[in-house]
Amino acid sequence: MLELNPADYSAIWLTLKLAAVVTLILLIIGTPLALWLATSRSKITPWIDALVALPLVLPPTVIGFYLLLAMGPNGPIGSISQWFGITSFAFSFTGLVIGSVFYSLPFVVQPIRNAIQAMGKRPLEVAATLGAGPIDRFCTIILPNAKPGFMTAAVLGFAHTIGEFGVILMIGGNIPDETRVVSVQIYDHVESLAYAQAHQLSAIMLVFSFFVLLLVYSLNTRSGKQARVF
Amino acid sequence: MPLSMIRTGYKHFILCALAWFSVNANAEQAIIAVASNFTQPMQQLKNTFEQSSEHNIKLSFASSGKLYAQITQGAPYAAFFSADQVKPISLEKLGLAVANTRFSYATGQLVLWSPQNNLSLTPAKLDLTSFNKIAIANPKLAPYGSAAVETLKSLQQYKFTKKNLVYAENIAQTYQYVFTQNAQIGFISASQLSQHKTGSYWLIPQTYHSPILQDAILLKSAQNNQAAIDFLQFIKSTNAKNIIHQFGYKTNGSL
Repeated sequence: MLELNPADYSAIWLTLKLAAVVTLILLIIGTPLALWLATSRSKITPWIDALVALPLVLPPTVIGFYLLLAMGPNGPIGSISQWFGITSFAFSFTGLVIGSVFYSLPFVVQPIRNAIQAMGKRPLEVAATLGAGPIDRFCTIILPNAKPGFMTAAVLGFAHTIGEFGVILMIGGNIPDETRVVSVQIYDHVESLAYAQAHQLSAIMLVFSFFVLLLVYSLNTRSGKQARVF
Repeated sequence: MPLSMIRTGYKHFILCALAWFSVNANAEQAIIAVASNFTQPMQQLKNTFEQSSEHNIKLSFASSGKLYAQITQGAPYAAFFSADQVKPISLEKLGLAVANTRFSYATGQLVLWSPQNNLSLTPAKLDLTSFNKIAIANPKLAPYGSAAVETLKSLQQYKFTKKNLVYAENIAQTYQYVFTQNAQIGFISASQLSQHKTGSYWLIPQTYHSPILQDAILLKSAQNNQAAIDFLQFIKSTNAKNIIHQFGYKTNGSL
């Protein structure tokens, strides 16, 4: 039934690897960010909120173009990478990870932020008066209460990275086993008129995306109330 | 305003409208699908054509692969200017294009380019292995890409440079990769260089690779569209060829 070629399998494996690495990084940096956004009353909160949500609004070509400029030897990311003897992160797996972290950030931060906000400050304040430190409060109050939010964040961050296309096309360089992910491979098939191969990979993406969304909505329903994703 | 004046005004309007309709009685409209690498010359070709014709041309730009997919799904295009020969030939075989209307409207010229000044890029002194990243258009999708690979093979450098190649989806992105210096050097088209003459370049002789032929074809749905037929005829004129040359392409006349 499925007649994928080795290049297709390699693209699938690379995509899964990218999504896993990016999700892990996003959970690590997204959690404190979401926590701060949910609890802070600082005047800069809306500014950071807007910054985090930018990838939802901007076309991927804009993000990809600025990333390409930033990674070049004269750009801010490029100057740092040159310090380590790397001319540019473009066309490398590391470059894709950097781009994807930025691009998928709102999909991880927003569900966690919403879940923490829905929980309210009260349980945290009570725990504090009972003598629980910040780490204790995070592990015993926030994590169990906001669990559906964290799970939604992880699934969405993973799925959104899998489906990413525009940014990767701009900074990837289409190198087999390094930057040629599934979406780019499908684009290649379509552009070179290999429609049958494009159908195969596209169908996999379609089924995968549907079941991911099904998982997200089941998680939200089971948690009692409909946790808002955005 | 006296009634008579309104009446005269009304008459004038009718006369003008009649005159306008009679002038445009033979005018037709054609939507032409054009590969994005030919955007700039095509805009000028359209303007020049419309100055001497009553027909109206509308342009739709996208990658050849996308335009091909749209045409097979019944897009309302009258003619197709592809970036290669493969797709017009395939449309011909599918019976979606009018037989014997296919011709090469431009031949691309490949250039090896680096924004860095004073590099010696002539084949005798060329050592591509000294460049960390070499940008080329995806050889599977873009004729400029396959010409670049052929050139590397002619130079006997393909084996050594293969691991340093980065593939852009088209020639515009190849330019972007080199311009932003994420790649140190790249194979672009002479038409791109004619707009930004900076850095070092080597205009690659056509003996290093097979010609980069771009074909146009009249589509079946427009076989009686006089606007499209006249426009394709105009593209073969000396006037049009001069415009195409100005943008760094060769034509049949100059080969």
